[in-house]
Amino acid sequence: MSFYLAIKEVWRNKGRFALIASVVALITTLVLFIAALAEGLASANREYIEKLNGELLVFQEGTQLSTTASRIGRERIAELRRVEGIEAVGQVGFSTLKLVPPDGGADINVSFIGVEPGLPGEPQVYAGQQIERDRGNNVIVDEGVVARIGAQVGDTITLKVTQGTQEEFYDLTIIGLTDRRQYFFQPAVFAPLNTWDKIRPDGGAADAELVSNIAVVRLQDPAAQEAMTTKIEQEVKDVEAANRQTAWEAIPGYAAQQSTLSTQQFFTFFIGVLVVGGFFQIQTLQKVAQIGMLKAIGLSNWTVGWTAIIQIVTVNAIGVVIGAIGTLALTANFPVTVPIMLTGATALASVLALLAIGPLGGIVSVFVLLRIEPLRALGMAQ
Amino acid sequence: MIALEAINVTKIYGTGANAITAVNDVSLSIKRGEFVAMVGPSGSGKTTMLAMLAGLLKPSHGQIIIAEKDIGRMSEGKRTKFRGQYIGFAFQANNLVPFLNAQENVELLLRLNGKLNRQSRQRARDLLDRLGLGERLKNRPGQLSGGQQQRVAIARALIHEPEVVLADEPTASLDTERAHQVVQTFAELIHEQNRAGVMVTHDLRMCKYTDRVIQMMDGKISRIIADRHEILRLAGAADALEGPAPSPNGRPVLAGDPLVAVQGI
Repeated sequence: MSFYLAIKEVWRNKGRFALIASVVALITTLVLFIAALAEGLASANREYIEKLNGELLVFQEGTQLSTTASRIGRERIAELRRVEGIEAVGQVGFSTLKLVPPDGGADINVSFIGVEPGLPGEPQVYAGQQIERDRGNNVIVDEGVVARIGAQVGDTITLKVTQGTQEEFYDLTIIGLTDRRQYFFQPAVFAPLNTWDKIRPDGGAADAELVSNIAVVRLQDPAAQEAMTTKIEQEVKDVEAANRQTAWEAIPGYAAQQSTLSTQQFFTFFIGVLVVGGFFQIQTLQKVAQIGMLKAIGLSNWTVGWTAIIQIVTVNAIGVVIGAIGTLALTANFPVTVPIMLTGATALASVLALLAIGPLGGIVSVFVLLRIEPLRALGMAQ
Repeated sequence: MIALEAINVTKIYGTGANAITAVNDVSLSIKRGEFVAMVGPSGSGKTTMLAMLAGLLKPSHGQIIIAEKDIGRMSEGKRTKFRGQYIGFAFQANNLVPFLNAQENVELLLRLNGKLNRQSRQRARDLLDRLGLGERLKNRPGQLSGGQQQRVAIARALIHEPEVVLADEPTASLDTERAHQVVQTFAELIHEQNRAGVMVTHDLRMCKYTDRVIQMMDGKISRIIADRHEILRLAGAADALEGPAPSPNGRPVLAGDPLVAVQGI
């Protein structure tokens, strides 16, 4: 009975319910878009660190886990390698420079990351080969670079570096492609640490110690992160260690950016609850006499309540599905430079939350329906 | 055979000094196949009485027996279910479900009671046809006139073969001609289907279609007219004015008639 009444009313008042479904669809688009933007921005910021093949990152003490401020020299690396429980340590250096597109377009900012071949920090390639030599002009590029310049294994790319006031150009050969490993919102180019040190702006002199920004540590027991963090900080001088999540959360601006987007998402949800709630509340108030009559002729509160719930859930679900499909189509057609990423988990969490806004918004109207007294509604009350 | 019986029914609103006795120790019984008009001035207790007979209101004292069950002792949930099975309603306002067509509105009670099948559907169509709505089955209430809507409401009140059919001012929103048509058909169906019918009305002209007139005054039954001639005389006197159907708080229609004078209309 509830299902019959709910669906009949929606079907016979398609215009009215289509209106609220489209509002829900727009709210869904907005929520999913913000979620995709938050995920895209977060990912663009942390992708490389998130996918590192090591459990802990070691920074210079007092640098507040800042990859750009931290400096880790060979001496510290040697000490780290002696700590019991550590399987491997790789030095990683970060810098930003320009990639000169082969077609002559505008330069592209890239994260130029120095890694040690075969050690934690070097990304796994899906095409081509890993870096084999400590030196040399071979690099691995991530899919962000591939998407922007259409690079393939064997191609040569040109990096532009400003050393002092001089512009220098370096030709490097792509030997491997890896999945998306953006860092600091930029696609990544991975070079052997020595090559990185030579090319990066204000790189070290030839006779100086090879200094990286951080060390990436792979543990013998990946579950012992907490204990090993303490142990490393106790046994190695002037360093602080953190797991990957702590490290990416410490990226400047990351937390502020994510909390801003979360707040926007929350308020969009809140608006959604109010809009859906308002619509069904107005509709309920318009139907007081009708509901009173239905109760008088024998419809139970249970039936009346379920009718409203089925209606709210159906209309809301239609809106959410339309909005979700629209958002998927929209995000699929954005250029690669726009940081929009709608992952399955993000979409699912948002869609589930959006499916809840209907019942949440409509809960007041359901209570109003349950409290309608047939006598009063029919004008027979004394 | 008695279909509906009220035994020493009293309804008191409020408590202490604010208590108002709307119905005071009223007893009545209505047989199957009998159509009764309940009349009286505003505040006489007839609507409260009807609400109690319908199981919409619990009496403060006394019993209301329908289908051998005291509905005053039932829980809210049981009374609601009971209403759906044993009582048919036609209200003052049409109150049809606006998004269902005429046939679906009538079938609502069949659906509620799990009795919707090919035969009962045909019965609903036949009933609407009998009420002159055979061409209007697929029309929604908004596409029907007031009289047509009220006839759909009457069909809905009767379709599930209830023990008792109750009507609260069923002609209040109709013009004189349509009011007569509606009540006449209502009475015919009640008699044909052997139901017990109670109609609360201010329009004494409609009494001519009933078998008995119960007049209420100050919460009590002040007079019962069961004589056919007297009922017709009363209705005829009210009809003599030939004006539109009076509103519940309208002017007197025949000051000389004692019942009409009591009615205060």
